Amino acid sequence: MKKFAPISLRFFVLVAILAVAPTAADLQGDSPRVVRLRDRLASNVLRWGGDAEGGAPFQFHDPEQPDKLVGFEVDLVDALVEQLRSQLDLPQLHAEFVQYDWVSLPLGLEKQDFDLIVSGLEITDENRAKLIFSRPYYVYSLALTVRADETRVKSVEDCLKLRVGTLSGSAAQTYLQELGVEQITAPDGQIESYQDLALGRVDAVLLDLPIAIYNTADDPRFKFVGPRVGQGHYGLGLRPTDDDLAAAIDEALSELIRTGRIRQIYAKWKMWNEDQLQLASGDRPAEAAGLRGATEATVVTTNREAWTFSRYAPPLFAAAGVTVALTFVSMALAMLIGLIVAVCRLYGPGPIRWLALAYVEFFRGIPLLLLLTFLYYGLPHVPYMGVDLAAWQAAIIGFGLNYAAFEAEIYRSSIQSVPRGQWEAARSLGMDDMTAFRRVIFPQAFRTALGPMTNDFVAMFKDTSLVSVIAVVELTKQYQILARTSLKFTEIGLLTAALYLAMSIPLGYLARYLEENWNFGHK
Amino acid sequence: MTQPAIVELRDVTKRYHDKTILDAVSIAIRPGEITAMIGPSGGGKSTLLRSINGLNTIDGGEVIVGENRITQNATQSNDAARRIRRTVGMVFQDFQLFPHLTALGNVCEAPIRVAGKSRREAESRGRELLKQVGLGERFDHYPSQLSGGQKQRVAIARALAMDPQVLLCDEITCALDPELKHEVLDVLEDLRREGLTLIMVTHEIGFARRAADRVVVLAGGKIVEDGPPAQVLDAPQTERTQRFLQNVLG
Ligand SMILES: Nc1ncnc2c1ncn2[C@@H]1O[C@H](COP(=O)(O)OP(=O)(O)OP(=O)(O)O)[C@@H](O)[C@H]1O
Ligand SMILES: [Mg+2]
Repeated sequence: MKKFAPISLRFFVLVAILAVAPTAADLQGDSPRVVRLRDRLASNVLRWGGDAEGGAPFQFHDPEQPDKLVGFEVDLVDALVEQLRSQLDLPQLHAEFVQYDWVSLPLGLEKQDFDLIVSGLEITDENRAKLIFSRPYYVYSLALTVRADETRVKSVEDCLKLRVGTLSGSAAQTYLQELGVEQITAPDGQIESYQDLALGRVDAVLLDLPIAIYNTADDPRFKFVGPRVGQGHYGLGLRPTDDDLAAAIDEALSELIRTGRIRQIYAKWKMWNEDQLQLASGDRPAEAAGLRGATEATVVTTNREAWTFSRYAPPLFAAAGVTVALTFVSMALAMLIGLIVAVCRLYGPGPIRWLALAYVEFFRGIPLLLLLTFLYYGLPHVPYMGVDLAAWQAAIIGFGLNYAAFEAEIYRSSIQSVPRGQWEAARSLGMDDMTAFRRVIFPQAFRTALGPMTNDFVAMFKDTSLVSVIAVVELTKQYQILARTSLKFTEIGLLTAALYLAMSIPLGYLARYLEENWNFGHK
Repeated sequence: MTQPAIVELRDVTKRYHDKTILDAVSIAIRPGEITAMIGPSGGGKSTLLRSINGLNTIDGGEVIVGENRITQNATQSNDAARRIRRTVGMVFQDFQLFPHLTALGNVCEAPIRVAGKSRREAESRGRELLKQVGLGERFDHYPSQLSGGQKQRVAIARALAMDPQVLLCDEITCALDPELKHEVLDVLEDLRREGLTLIMVTHEIGFARRAADRVVVLAGGKIVEDGPPAQVLDAPQTERTQRFLQNVLG
């Protein structure tokens, strides 16, 4: 963990300008920066990326209204946008949340899937190499959590030889590595390590205090030990090219600090502590006043009992809809490309036939996960022919290309299984080869192919869960989000499984029915 | 005998892997003539028949049908072969009906897709033809719902729907039970009365005697005897024909 250093020169320059001539810009009308920024935000949407999967208390789905997002960062963004509206005179400006894997957030920012990371992103040198930060909005420290009956551990230094859990890509992970802890487990989500701790898979968990408080407070199985360590700051992440926006956000944050609004929000989420006084950076008395002002704290609690069936089922059903739509469109694409490849392979001239074979071997041979990741994150960087696909486009194309290789082989063997005599009968009636294929050979081959293709269809239903790597929320991903938010892994897991089965079992029967019974005219 | 030939083969040669199947065969078929082709198995009868409409390529000589000719090196789907198939229909031993289409669908497919007829026109003619071959009740049946004899009659109707001048039949009763054979043979006799040119490979010596104008014996890739049924079947000139007839008639 790096000791907090001044974020950037930019910030201080801005403050200096504001301090010297706060009213000059107002009097002369809008500054060029504001004009540029209004242009930049002409769509009136500020998209922010975060991870609601087990994201409490930062951002998570409200059990009262599962399609609604809550969390201290949601409140922060709301306050920020409100501030920006008046600051930039954009009354229509509103925020839009984009769900992303926490570890992939910098990638999504770079891909312009959103403009702002608001997800407890720690201001570290490592992160600063990828993006620019706003001024800090929260001062965190790392808390060490152990099981209630733990006696060996008094502080984090006692953990060098023990198994310690944390979060992948977090400042806590870096801290543990630099301390020399030998056995670190760092899953991609922030609640896994606490689950592991309860189950005895790790001996201690080191994570940011807000996370630790939310996941362990009032839980008799856990206790905090030792002094808090590794103090650091959360900042909002922006693209390096977006410094107009960064400057405006800094200004808005300053205002939220000065008016005491930020303190209200943190108090509401029980996240207020004296550390936050640092947010005024000492040399801004006006802001410090806002942090010291009195607040009335509202207690917000979320517990697993709040997650009843009627609350988690609707988002799960909606995600099942995404899975179904994705599968149908991808399979249609695969069947189309597959047919073209099969026909090229069977009837094309030499080089075309060779290319079709290469296609089949290539796409059958590379893992789907690799293909999806490449299409989404890699393709935009390909020189000259880079394409920036939306996540759902990448998903459909990835599945389409991959499954097309398998469908092509099914088509090929089905076409070859049509007796030669059918070609001769069609030709003897005067049909050219194209007509014979379209009207006589293909209709028969297609019926043969339908059985095995339906099996592939069922397989694709399950494979679509892979698309969560490129930030498409389908059934499995929604399960993970809901389960990690509510901790009802089993209950929601059973419903998810039931949804998959409800879709795949009828299809399996359809496949068998087609295979056995679709002989023409047989009833 | 001054009438020009409708189908003519000149020195047609066909080889499979150095084995000569047709050895410079020449024959001229006149319009309206019923030709029965007989001969031992492997003698090249099917090969000769399939050379006429280009389902076989040939290695030498030429096939002339009207203004079109197929020579060596022509592919199975070349233009001349396709034009020949517009006037020469074919019926196969194993029917080769299109299983995904009904009886009527089988009959109408080529008139619609190849001859460019409207569906209405094709279907009314198709019904007529199916009635003609005695299948007035079976328009909507799929091939799998028909008996062998019924299937073969649909196949004949399918070929007739393209209004061919010549019909090639390759052992079309061979796969049928004896009771069903006459259904199909009766249809052929009707066609004969209508003036269609028929070239049929057959083992039905009785039918050949009754219905054919001409009997051709093909053995070892050569025509060994050619003449009216009475002459070829009752007074064969060559030893090869005599031996063949003895084997067939028992
Ligand atoms: N596609 C092929 N490849 C190789 N040899 C073939 C092929 N088609 C036919 N032949 C051979 O050519 C010879 C003549 O075959 P063809 O089918 O013309 O005889 P056929 O007189 O019709 O006999 P059958 O009465 O048994 O039908 C046979 O020896 C056969 O094995
Ligand atoms: Mg034969």
